[in-house]
Amino acid sequence: MTNADALNLTDESAAWKLPSRRKVAVACLILSETAMFTIFVVAYLFYIGKSLTGPFPADVLETPIVSTICLLASSLTIMIAERAFKRESVGGFRLWWAITILLAAIFLASTAAEWKRLIVDHHLTISTNLFGTTFYSLVGLHASHVIVGFTLLTLVLILSLKGSIRPADGERLEMISWYWHFVDAVWVVVFTVVYVIGR
Amino acid sequence: MVTANPEFPLTGPVASPSLVTRLHELVVTVDHKKLGLMYIASALVFLVVAGLMASVIRLQLAFPNNHVVAPDTFNRLFTVHGTTMVFFVGMPIVAGLSNYLVPLMIGARDMAFPRLNAFGYWMFLFGALLLFFSYIGAPGLSGHGSAPDVGWFAYAPLTGRAFSRGNSTDYWILSLLVSGIGSLASAVNVVATTFSMRSPGMKLMRMPLFVWLMLVVSAMMLVAIPPLTAAQIMLLLDRFVGASFFDTQAGGSAVLWQHFFWIFGHPEVYILIIPAFACVSEIIPVFSRKPIFGYAVMVGATVMIGFISVSVWAHHMFSVGMTSVGNTFFVVSTMLVAVPTGIKIFNWLGTMYGGKIRFELPMLCCLAFLFQFLIAGLTGIMLGAAPLNWQLTDSYFVVAHFHYTLIGGMLFGIFAGIYYWYPKATGRMLSKRLGKWHLALFFIGFHLTFDTMHLPGLLGMPRRIYTYDPGRGWEIFNLISSIGVAFQIAGIACLAWNILRSVRKGEKAGDDPWDGWTLEWATTSPPPEYNFETVPVVRSARPLWDLKHPEDPDWKYE
Amino acid sequence: MKSPLQSAIRFSRAWFARASFLYFVFALTVTPAVADDAGGVTNIFKPDGTPARTISDYTILVLVICAVIFIIVAGLLVYTVTRFRRRAGDDGHEPPQVYGSNQIELAWTVLPILIVFVLSLVTARTIAEIQNAPPPPKALQVTVVGHQWWWEIRYPELGIVTANELHVPASDAAEPRPTFLKLESADVAHSFWVPQLAGKTDVIPNRDNQMWIAPMTPGTYLGNCAEYCGTQHARMLIRVIVHPPGEFETWVAAQQRDAANDMQVKAGRDLFFSTSCVNCHTIKGTEANGKFGPDLTHLMSRETLGSGAALNTAEKLRAWVRNPQRLKEGCYMPDMQLTDEEMDQIVRYLQTLN
Repeated sequence: MTNADALNLTDESAAWKLPSRRKVAVACLILSETAMFTIFVVAYLFYIGKSLTGPFPADVLETPIVSTICLLASSLTIMIAERAFKRESVGGFRLWWAITILLAAIFLASTAAEWKRLIVDHHLTISTNLFGTTFYSLVGLHASHVIVGFTLLTLVLILSLKGSIRPADGERLEMISWYWHFVDAVWVVVFTVVYVIGR
Repeated sequence: MVTANPEFPLTGPVASPSLVTRLHELVVTVDHKKLGLMYIASALVFLVVAGLMASVIRLQLAFPNNHVVAPDTFNRLFTVHGTTMVFFVGMPIVAGLSNYLVPLMIGARDMAFPRLNAFGYWMFLFGALLLFFSYIGAPGLSGHGSAPDVGWFAYAPLTGRAFSRGNSTDYWILSLLVSGIGSLASAVNVVATTFSMRSPGMKLMRMPLFVWLMLVVSAMMLVAIPPLTAAQIMLLLDRFVGASFFDTQAGGSAVLWQHFFWIFGHPEVYILIIPAFACVSEIIPVFSRKPIFGYAVMVGATVMIGFISVSVWAHHMFSVGMTSVGNTFFVVSTMLVAVPTGIKIFNWLGTMYGGKIRFELPMLCCLAFLFQFLIAGLTGIMLGAAPLNWQLTDSYFVVAHFHYTLIGGMLFGIFAGIYYWYPKATGRMLSKRLGKWHLALFFIGFHLTFDTMHLPGLLGMPRRIYTYDPGRGWEIFNLISSIGVAFQIAGIACLAWNILRSVRKGEKAGDDPWDGWTLEWATTSPPPEYNFETVPVVRSARPLWDLKHPEDPDWKYE
Repeated sequence: MKSPLQSAIRFSRAWFARASFLYFVFALTVTPAVADDAGGVTNIFKPDGTPARTISDYTILVLVICAVIFIIVAGLLVYTVTRFRRRAGDDGHEPPQVYGSNQIELAWTVLPILIVFVLSLVTARTIAEIQNAPPPPKALQVTVVGHQWWWEIRYPELGIVTANELHVPASDAAEPRPTFLKLESADVAHSFWVPQLAGKTDVIPNRDNQMWIAPMTPGTYLGNCAEYCGTQHARMLIRVIVHPPGEFETWVAAQQRDAANDMQVKAGRDLFFSTSCVNCHTIKGTEANGKFGPDLTHLMSRETLGSGAALNTAEKLRAWVRNPQRLKEGCYMPDMQLTDEEMDQIVRYLQTLN
């Protein structure tokens, strides 16, 4: 009898539960993204008040209330969409998922408008001074993550409209929502650091 | 009629696949065993390449005012040597060992994400090729630049546009960014596999210590590599769009780069050494014929190392001008991390104590590892003592210390792993005679070179200098260090020959040539593509011990 | 069954282990003792003055602790390997399977923590002693500016600017005369290291670092830049010249004078001023006030050229002016493409700058 044969003991096989590999992987991804964002946040905090020339934050920043509300609300709407999915309400799922996408789009458009204002009206670019460097890199890094999320959300909506999404895909959707909640949580930090502390 | 995989030893007449078929198989494979071996084979190739670069460095430094290479060439050599050894030898070994062994040790059929595994390998390889491509690609249109020459940790502002013309630094950044993504992919895969793919009965505290250590390493990678990615993105922004993260003329801080780099860099060196710990923790018990002494403490100590190691980074920056409070904090954290590391050495000793030690090749490597890692750890304590560090940092003492940990520690641990698991991976034993020649030659060469190298540091020789004047007292020690290289080359040549030759000519190994206790020895050598015929169920940390000793199984003592 | 070869290997391994340990200890202890401090040997165990002496004394404690730990653990390793090796004629039974021992593991956790505690306390005190020392009123203030690949040395209170050589008065236990150095960089990160006088401190742009030395024995102490700074990092040497009491003041007076103006070398002088030499170099008392390269006012009072690239002899000076790239490839002084006659004239002029 080889080693392989004799190892099969039935006592331990029953009730063997392991965490979902998808969840572990997405948790790891969120952990490493957190580490990366932390460095950009630290750089931002470190360079507050150190710009040699203007424009300075207090002069040019306008608190993005609307876009923040939209982004944070989108966390709520995605949760509603997920619940609809679990109830197998396809119409409800598609509606709330689409609203989430819309809210994300508003956030992105608002960021784009803000950047245009800063660049054209106030001549603040990434190379202007330390404020420009840290602002565009931190907010830009976050915005790029929003774009990735937006793309994933849109893809899912298209697939759903085509009828390709099954009830068994619930965990996959949950993973996308985890990523989306992470992006929102990062925005809370970025908002606090840039528009509250940094001003 | 079952079609067997053409890679493995066959019974009966079958046409051998062509080279193209076999190469294609490697390019498209998602099998963790093939990818693991590809990682390790690539690492060994880069070991030889970077080792040859080091040989040229030592040739240049053997005599004062030597003219083997021009100053810029020398500076590129040590930069590419260091970058290659850390990222294209050390990291792929981590990935290769964990990808090959973790599924086998936990009774799984493959990693959690086989395609992500393949993605990680090819990102690593592409990153490595980018670095070497810089020799021809970096001159670009301006004719400036070649391979990077900024040192493997690339301090600002030397890496800024003003001081690093051409694209050499950009190749350094991009090659590490790309391969870093591969490393992260591998880390995610190992964590997910370890948590989600264990065979029934294998609770976390029944996993082989190897798997625990690879889990800790992967978790550390998830936390340590992103800071490097962030810093490199910042440097790219500085160099290409005029950002000022590290541009001191615009008010940026050069020290900030150092902080960000070493927040990555220090955990990185633990990421490099812990796999050697992992190999040694499996091999010492088997060749002492006793279980690892203090399994739970070993797990705890490694987790502690993981946590403490992210708080010690500025011991690379003691001379930067931090306050006395800052310096003291990092002294304390550095000394603290030595405690769990020391505990591990004691536990390995405790494993051997009272055992029946067999001096096979894997064990001989472990003994050398123990002795050398002890010395390396002690010179590390010396370097952690900030006032002494003010003399020794950036000198050849540090160079000697980190080569002691990386070669004397990591590489010898990896040698042990190669001698131990080669039979499992190929079905053949490595030649004992060649192995002993390899070890003897390499041991002599290593000690000649690196024991001696501490002394020029004590005598004031800074690092990264392409030459030195006579009369500083450095000449004799540099010469001896350089002579040691010849022995190391000879030793590695023996190992390479052994590895290549034994695939065909080695003695057949069988399932379990070493009388081991973990699940990888419960399948054939090499394992079939599906690893295990039936998924094994376990009741203790040493399932094969339970099997071989039904009168005295481990699970009675859990 | 252990073969003769295995026995041989085991014994030679233990022998190698002992031999290399002994070699290491020998080299570590004997070298500091025999290496002389005449000429250029810069042994950190032959310190002169504070803070190098403080560091050296502290190092003894660290070395002793490390040596004791090494002897104990390596001894245990050799003992274990010898005593518990599988003997010839072994019956093949497995030894007792011991899983661990809480008491032993506690002991070997607590003991290292205690050692760490003691070492940390001593270290904290030494750090504060060196870093937080306030400058006494008689301290000499010097500003050191690191360039790629030379050192600019300024004495702001004395109105002196020189290069690569730091002249200081000898200090005294009774009447300390330390020198406080402000460290600045004009380009990239460097590090100021003169092993026999102090630990190194980095020289980083946009960051004010400082350090101090208080050497007691007159003489010349060598040092190097200790942070990789580009092509010629290897040839960025430092010379600290410690003067006995009285002699430092003589040196200061000589350096404070304007440059010599010898009419015999007028041709060379005019040539110097009409070519681009003056864009980079300063010669005090003349119109030349370039800041990119070293101050040449008292060039001939210095021992070396090119920050230690060559000794300051007539032959080397000629070679340097002809083509500095030959002596220090990659340095920022270009080959000026002078004719032989132009070069002779300029060298003769430079040789008057005492």
